[in-house]
Amino acid sequence: MGQNADSFENRPHEIGPLPEEPPQELQQDQEERLLKAWATPTGWRYWSAVNNSEVGLWYTVSAFVFFLFGGVLALLMRTQLAFPKSEFLTADQYNQIFTMHGSVMMFLFAVPIFEAFSIFILPEMLGARDLPFPRLSAYGFWSFLIGGTFLCGSIFFGAAPKGGWFMYPPLSTDYQPGIGGDIWLLGLTFIEIASIAAAVEIIVGVLKTRPPGMRINLIPLYTWYILVVAVMILFAFPPLIAGDILLEVERAFDWPFFDATRGGDPLLWQHLFWIFGHPEVYIVFLPSIALVAMIVPTFARRPMVGYSWVVLAAVGTGFLSFALWVHHMFTTGLPGISLGLFSAASEAVAIPTGVQIFCFIATLMAGRVRKSAAMLFVIGGLITFVIGGLTGVMVALAPFDFQAHDTFFVVGHLHYVLIGGTLFPIIAGFYYFFPLATNKQLSERLGKWAFWIMLVGFNVTFFPMHFSGLLGMPRRVFTYPAGLGIDTLNLISTVGAYILALGIGVFLWDVVRPKSKQPVAERNLWGAGTLEWLARMPGMPWGTRSIPEIDGRYPLWDQPNIVRDVDQGRFFLPDAEEGLRETLVTTVIDARPIQCLRVPGPTWLTMWAAIFTGGFFILATFHWWGPAMVSGVLALGMIGCWLWTGTAMLPEKDEKDVGLGLTLPLYQSGPASVGWWAMFITMLGDITAFVSLVFGYFFYWTSREDFPPQPSMGPGVFWPMVAGGLLLSAWFLTILSRYWNRRDRTVRFYTATSVAAGLALLGTLALLAGPYRTGMDPTLHVYPATVWILVIWTALHTTVGFAMQLYCIARRLTGRMTAEHDIDISNVMLYWHFTALTIFMTVAVIAGFPLLI
Amino acid sequence: MKPELKCFLECSNRDLTRVRRWGLAIALLTFSSCQGEQSALAPAGRGSEQIAELWWWMVSGATVIWLIVTGLLLYAIYGHPPENRRQAGMLIIGGGVVVPTVVLAVLLTFGLSLLPDLVAPAPNDALEIHVTGEQWWWRNHYTHFPSIGTAETTEPIAVANEIHLPVGEVVEFRLTSADVIHAFWIPALGGKVDMIPGRTNRLRLEPTRTGVFRGVCAEYCGASHALMAFVVVVEEKHEFEEWLRRQAMPAQTPISALAKRGRDVFQSYGCGACHTVRGTSADGVVGPDLTHVGGRQSLAAGTLVCEPSNLQRWLKHPDVIKPDVLMPAFDMLPNEDLEALAAYLDGLE
Repeated sequence: MGQNADSFENRPHEIGPLPEEPPQELQQDQEERLLKAWATPTGWRYWSAVNNSEVGLWYTVSAFVFFLFGGVLALLMRTQLAFPKSEFLTADQYNQIFTMHGSVMMFLFAVPIFEAFSIFILPEMLGARDLPFPRLSAYGFWSFLIGGTFLCGSIFFGAAPKGGWFMYPPLSTDYQPGIGGDIWLLGLTFIEIASIAAAVEIIVGVLKTRPPGMRINLIPLYTWYILVVAVMILFAFPPLIAGDILLEVERAFDWPFFDATRGGDPLLWQHLFWIFGHPEVYIVFLPSIALVAMIVPTFARRPMVGYSWVVLAAVGTGFLSFALWVHHMFTTGLPGISLGLFSAASEAVAIPTGVQIFCFIATLMAGRVRKSAAMLFVIGGLITFVIGGLTGVMVALAPFDFQAHDTFFVVGHLHYVLIGGTLFPIIAGFYYFFPLATNKQLSERLGKWAFWIMLVGFNVTFFPMHFSGLLGMPRRVFTYPAGLGIDTLNLISTVGAYILALGIGVFLWDVVRPKSKQPVAERNLWGAGTLEWLARMPGMPWGTRSIPEIDGRYPLWDQPNIVRDVDQGRFFLPDAEEGLRETLVTTVIDARPIQCLRVPGPTWLTMWAAIFTGGFFILATFHWWGPAMVSGVLALGMIGCWLWTGTAMLPEKDEKDVGLGLTLPLYQSGPASVGWWAMFITMLGDITAFVSLVFGYFFYWTSREDFPPQPSMGPGVFWPMVAGGLLLSAWFLTILSRYWNRRDRTVRFYTATSVAAGLALLGTLALLAGPYRTGMDPTLHVYPATVWILVIWTALHTTVGFAMQLYCIARRLTGRMTAEHDIDISNVMLYWHFTALTIFMTVAVIAGFPLLI
Repeated sequence: MKPELKCFLECSNRDLTRVRRWGLAIALLTFSSCQGEQSALAPAGRGSEQIAELWWWMVSGATVIWLIVTGLLLYAIYGHPPENRRQAGMLIIGGGVVVPTVVLAVLLTFGLSLLPDLVAPAPNDALEIHVTGEQWWWRNHYTHFPSIGTAETTEPIAVANEIHLPVGEVVEFRLTSADVIHAFWIPALGGKVDMIPGRTNRLRLEPTRTGVFRGVCAEYCGASHALMAFVVVVEEKHEFEEWLRRQAMPAQTPISALAKRGRDVFQSYGCGACHTVRGTSADGVVGPDLTHVGGRQSLAAGTLVCEPSNLQRWLKHPDVIKPDVLMPAFDMLPNEDLEALAAYLDGLE
């Protein structure tokens, strides 16, 4: 169609489907084998499933349940604020509730639901059978469920955090000694790690498991957006994790990172929090726009107009979103030049947003729009979101923000963005994609009811807030005096909240009402053009019957007979001869097939690993260090067992015929493998967290005159230099050991790896010796605390690196790693590359920097 | 209806631009209320006037933009426009890039031009007030007051939870915090600034009309964040000077028997360990300075009207009025003592 022409005309149709239909019997046998390989476990074993369609579904449902929980909290708040001086809730209850409302909606709903839904839908959209690391998804899901339940449960014991979802110190450190702050920090760090795990899974999935021919310019828009968002998560969450570590260490061990009396600075937390917090807004908003970008073309019955513009705008928004965080801190007393620059940068983000909206309008203009409940939610969402965007332009302007900041104006603004921009499209997504999850369609009639009630309820709730804010009502107040002119506005908002809840109730009823009598939805019922709609009705566990070769952006519209060809197994991997779960790995840019990837099946390991990881964090919250350690060791054991038995498996043969005359290797290592990419991406996130800690060091240097203190308190130059020398040698030997393993020089490999491990261990001790021998007391001043935190971070990394080296020796000894099959050692080498960077920076900062000034 | 009418007339008297007059009229019709003592839309200071004007321009522009975008969207869906690829390209580039760029450039130029004025330090000879936010009250010190002209005192003058300002003069606030982060905000006079432990921020305000206004803490600061307000009295210069002179003086000696007894109660129960009453032995610095507490309009940081019955309630159960407050409850005091104590404090005008 239209603008796709140039992009696929110059692509020769090298590979087409089989010209002849395979014999019926063969087709049946293939289907049986596929079904057996991909069968979902039944009975109680169902919960050991790791396949994306199960995990994605559980994940989505859990995130949605957390949303409902957050919604109930919101209703409690609105009830309290209906009248001035109301005594429905106490101050303490209200403060716990508003903290939990924000935390739950952000961390347990808005971010996870997209990761959840992407885990569910991405493989279908990419014509893949599963994501490359199903067990990682499962681990992420169980971690999320445990952490989320723990966090939410705390409110029933009156022990919930009450420092706000932003947890500003020193309120959250010295002035709220209860357990709530620890629950927030440890619970959320755990969930953030799950989010990053999902982000790694999604990035590798998008980059490496696309169908043959789906070059980078043919990727479905949802996939593009989710790729951008996953990359944003990768860089946005680590600064928050770094901040969480500092805050928890201050709470638990009294290291004064944010205590101004001991050289700390509470503003560092605000920077770290908002370097995460602003991209976070786009992390929850872009995926919704991604849903819109899928729904609009389907109902306009026309490919997206301005595909490249939309992609560029999404990428641009992602980049810009990292340059805006200071606009959350306009009132902290920054110099005028910062205010001006960040105002301008914040306004600039309106441009890519505008481009996306006008692309949707242009698409709707070009097509003949078919009406539906999904489309109603999209239209309502866009119209609502534009209001939020316009008020966003207002608050981005520093002078206006001086008045609006921390008032109900901002509450109104952010809910217009998040409900208009995020929730409405999510519900549109439910109406659109529901048949793919349950084989049944939601009711269009109930959908329309839900839409109108929600639209009215939403506006009645949040529109008046703009005015109550400007009339002087600050945020996060559990009560307000009568007679300020905000009484009526608040009552209206409360009434609206109940209307909104009613609308969500109608929608919820539509989702949960029994549908056994309802016929199964027809296949591709909306007449969409993207691959997920290949799904048969009722759905099959194998994802796609055969993996098609793609020539355009809307294969179901562009490629005649694609449904028949896929169904009859005329494309790739139509069979599971060995009874194993398989999918295709392709190259990053051109999507040329390069590997047939075996993906693992059901296991309890991931669930237990998550339970013990959760146990570690939860027990640590209560300072039960002994049991926490036991749980942590068990978690490491489970993860070790999972790695040992489930990753880098040697295939029984080197290559396999994947159909259509194509033979692909079953094992790849280095940049061709998915594991290498996962390691690379994880380490990018890891080094981002480390850089955030280093940022802290230099932030103190710029903000405090006594940093670093003179005369120097340590750690001196000697021990850091010794440590640097030993550890960088360990890194160098790790490179050599991979080299010798490749060449099958067994003795040299063992020698190099063992010596590397020894050096790693010695170097770690030398690194710790620096601050230890110079007697740096981390509770005394922020300087020793910062040095210690950098040293400990690095020491943990080199210790893990040491364990990895031993792991490689063990793998080689047991024949699980050979000269050709060297995923383990090449990933360990990659890990050490990043660790070497960490070591170098740590030594340069703690030993070198004090010499310079 | 009467006070609103009066208020409206007052508002109309001001030199409003047309857009603000229009906006205010709408605001009035919508909410039929114009109490405005805590409203950023009923400005009484130079900063808040400029920002309110910016707001009315922005909200008018935003309404127009929203109508156009919504209109286009609905037309695209229900209007069945003929397909036109060139038009689509122009729509994306024009609507998504060109128009927003122009609009934002204009807005930034206009909006940021206000900034230097809003963040500039006050002139050297300006009145200077140091405010420290504490959970959950305000410790104020008038430190630099050249305008009084008399040299009765050069010591900083301690006040709590109430600020008086001379109309038409630039005031410089120095803001910090003794515990957690607070934010100092008088909506009617201007924007807010955070009070951060370990830092001192500046805020420049310039009241343009007299009246009684309300300031609040805008940054969540713990249990009673909602109950951390203060009274702002903007008055003529001579009234202000008179007030400040009175604040600089030591406390009045109680006259009535009841108040005298109250003073004894105050001393015997150790109130002076936390509170200062200048001119007496009470010199505590934990809680608010009470030298002229009876002359203040509010009690417990803008939470109660300052009158004997409220003073008694507060002394008896401060934590009921203000959750988690540091002040201990004095419910063990006999009622007569409470009454005497309230009379004493109320008399400290």
